[in-house]
Amino acid sequence: MADTVQGRSGSERPAARDKEGIRGGAGVALIHDSATKHVTGEAVYTDDIREPARLVEVHIALAERARARVVKLDLEPVRRAKGVVAVVAAGDVPGINDISPTGTGDDPVFAAGEVVYHGQPLFAVAAGTVHEARRAARLAVVGYEDLAPTLSIEAALESQSFVWPEGRMQRGDLEAARGRATGRISGAMTIGGQDHFYLEGQVAMAVPGEDGDMLVHSSTQHPSEVQHMVGKVLGLPDHAVTIEVRRMGGAFGGKETQANLFACVAALVANATGRPAKVRADRDDDMVMTGKRHDFLARYDVAYRDDGRIEAVEMELAARAGCSADLSGAIIDRALFHADNAYFYPAVKLTAHACRTNTVSNTAFRGFGGPQGMVAGERVIEEVAFATGLDPLEVRKRNLYGEAPRDLTPYHMEVTDNVAPELVAQLERDGRYWERRDEIRAFNARHPYFRRGLALTPVKFGISFTLTAYNQAGALLHVYKDGSVMLNHGGTEMGQGLYVKVAQVVADELQVDVGRVRITATTTAKVPNTSATAASSGSDLNGMAAQAAARTIKERLIRFAAESHQAEPNEVEWLPGRVRVKGDEIGFNELVSQAYTARVQLSATGFYKTPDIHWDRATGRGRPFYYFCYGAALAEVTVDTLTGEYRVDRADILHDVGRSLNPAIDRGQIEGGFVQGMGWLTTEELWWDDQGRLKTHAPSTYKIPAASDRPRVLEIAFFENENREPTVHRSKAVGEPPLMLGIAVLHALSDAVASVADHRVCPRLDPPATPERVLMAIERLRETK
Amino acid sequence: MTNPTPGASRREFLSTAASAPLVAGAAAGVLGGEARAQTTTGAAMAGGQVLVTLKVNGQTHRLSLDPRVTLVDALREHLGLTGTKVGCNHGQCGACTVHKDGVRVLSCLTLAVAAEGSEITTIEGLADGDELHPMQAAFVQHDAYQCGYCTPGQILSAVACVKEGHAGSDAEIREYMSGNLCRCGAYVNIVAAINDAKTKMGA
Ligand code: FES
Ligand code: FES
Repeated sequence: MADTVQGRSGSERPAARDKEGIRGGAGVALIHDSATKHVTGEAVYTDDIREPARLVEVHIALAERARARVVKLDLEPVRRAKGVVAVVAAGDVPGINDISPTGTGDDPVFAAGEVVYHGQPLFAVAAGTVHEARRAARLAVVGYEDLAPTLSIEAALESQSFVWPEGRMQRGDLEAARGRATGRISGAMTIGGQDHFYLEGQVAMAVPGEDGDMLVHSSTQHPSEVQHMVGKVLGLPDHAVTIEVRRMGGAFGGKETQANLFACVAALVANATGRPAKVRADRDDDMVMTGKRHDFLARYDVAYRDDGRIEAVEMELAARAGCSADLSGAIIDRALFHADNAYFYPAVKLTAHACRTNTVSNTAFRGFGGPQGMVAGERVIEEVAFATGLDPLEVRKRNLYGEAPRDLTPYHMEVTDNVAPELVAQLERDGRYWERRDEIRAFNARHPYFRRGLALTPVKFGISFTLTAYNQAGALLHVYKDGSVMLNHGGTEMGQGLYVKVAQVVADELQVDVGRVRITATTTAKVPNTSATAASSGSDLNGMAAQAAARTIKERLIRFAAESHQAEPNEVEWLPGRVRVKGDEIGFNELVSQAYTARVQLSATGFYKTPDIHWDRATGRGRPFYYFCYGAALAEVTVDTLTGEYRVDRADILHDVGRSLNPAIDRGQIEGGFVQGMGWLTTEELWWDDQGRLKTHAPSTYKIPAASDRPRVLEIAFFENENREPTVHRSKAVGEPPLMLGIAVLHALSDAVASVADHRVCPRLDPPATPERVLMAIERLRETK
Repeated sequence: MTNPTPGASRREFLSTAASAPLVAGAAAGVLGGEARAQTTTGAAMAGGQVLVTLKVNGQTHRLSLDPRVTLVDALREHLGLTGTKVGCNHGQCGACTVHKDGVRVLSCLTLAVAAEGSEITTIEGLADGDELHPMQAAFVQHDAYQCGYCTPGQILSAVACVKEGHAGSDAEIREYMSGNLCRCGAYVNIVAAINDAKTKMGA
């Protein structure tokens, strides 16, 4: 049977009716709800919304110093320039000139007095076209009095300059554990940052309404926060501001807090001019002015035994937070939460710092610090492997979490859902690890300058916001008189397929075809006080909230059906598209119509909060995660040792998504996450000059993976599992964990590099492992020979 | 006012434009909107605007444009064809790919005036009425997108890739599609979709 959501001829693909007979219930590999619109260009993104009359376009002018006092800001020439309608700067903010997401007060919309990074917004120009606005902005006369900037993590550590109190986790007796060990190594590594490079850049369009109301179409993962920020800068209560977003052209964490600026600037201009205003950042400006994944400096000290078992780990992680706190506090925490990856450390002490530097304020990015912690943890494993002469996979397997007492994390949470050992064993077997290891060894011995490398790395990633309050969600469901259903929830669609998954959950609950459920744009006017669609939580939270709303309506209908048949509710059978009561079958539409006439409420809200989680940062103890996601990747690469260039020949992935809500969507997330993780660790290099200027601000200089970079062979399999916790249909989150599968590529490269010195020396290949870095590592290792 | 030669790139043209001052005029031209004046197209108008005739998806449009307007801006802002996306505006991401006389071009690097006299096809013009183009259908079949933002560019590039005869093998497809970035990383499915569609396109 051919099924589609909103099909057109030619777009169908067989999507099995689920066993119950409805189309598109939970677990079905349905196409993305916007599939047809994506391929016809009909999908409307924020910049595509039909522009209202008298719209002004806005350009944001940026500071040209990393750190300076602004001693002069003459905007008169800008105001007088052709086409200019308005100019707004710090002094023109009617409310509070701050959009710091955690209330630290260090994120002005426009710099006031002091500039703290090169590229910080100074003022905005509104004109008939953005070209006019941009040209006019150049006429500003800005006087700076330079101050000494802090540009590196090391410099910030030196001056003890932090944006957040340090994070700490400790368990076990380090000294005793070290006493049991037979060897000890310490080292350091740097881990590069990453630009989101969402293909749709930051964009917002504000439309002023009556009574000072403001509607903002914003490409944001966090509409409720944008609402609050717009209210704050305009001096309006939240109820005067509405934020709406139908879809984003990618986000990856880069539109969690970073969308605030653009929405606020659009709203400020709309407020000042009384005209609709659009801000759409040019790509280069976008890359210069928005935060990225934090780069890290990691220092580690590991004590181990000859058999490869780790006894003690001490690690100090320092992240470049940039010029303000943003979400860095939670990000360094998540780095600590993942510095163990899937491994048990008998004794452990972890510290993390959020370093204040005069560079753009770094922010959320898929994995939220977790990947950086995990990369450091995997380096520790690698060090032990080289020190003991064991194969890295052997060391990994020997240190995986296991039965009590080897099930305790550095934050004192027991790992109760561990499938890492089975999962790794399955991939080791199915991916023919040892046979390929032998083949590669033989190849490397033979070939004059190519070297191949292989690595299998696991992923264990904790699911839940570590700020407990964020683990809540709301949904709104209407059933109209004709039996059609409208769904709204607080989650946002950025390509991850959240809308279709939640619609499937509702279709399943009501036992109606998914095509009957209309998915509507996320808006703060329908569901209030929502959390960011982040931390991989989208379908866990919103799916449960929508299910709750659907359940409420279903229960009302069941009660009505029972009453109208003088039956008990438990005598009503809820079947696909109909109910059966006392031998009488009533179709869904008919039931709804009768219920309406009998004045049964056909609209409901749903709410969900994740149970059982808690976290105390001060003591470094708690259960911050509801559950863990697991996965593993086996990557194989070939390196040209004369140039350092390489290619990824093959990757085999085995990933745990619990009971998948939509296998097609989940597969896409795994592939995409892996490719993005691989890009982060290989070719994506951010580079600032000694003036604190980002010089890699376009795809010409910042290399994200292209079609030609993806592995020649990429095999993806789901690990047979279901969530032990009662999540929506026992599924697991899938947004972030696959990114860390890319770590296997870094280690495969390291393995290939190590072969030039007969695997005796740990290559200490720091990411991003660009061809230059690979070549330098090869040269370094050759010298040790 | 110098008329750019057809096919002149935006960069070449801008360097010419810099030395040849634009026609000065007091009256501002109508920004956007289709020009009603029946002036010879390509000719200079008051206010530095030129009349440009664009044939897009089989329809002819007359526009009064600043000669520096790129094809993508003409499509999106003046014709309301927002299916063509802008990812970088510098010819580096492929999101803005359209066909000019059947050949793929980056519409952010093409001046609208340079597209005069050519047949432009955008994503909105690819389907045959309600019948999707085989490449569009294949993208749906293979989930060859996530956020969809790169998709119009990918599809137009893919159609051209097949027509150019550059879809012979997976390796060739990957190479000839490497100018179209997908940050969501849907490459596996994009390649699969192209492989699937190429047979249906009779290649
Ligand atoms: S927008 Fe034209 S190539 Fe990027
Ligand atoms: S589908 Fe999102 S960029 Fe390609």
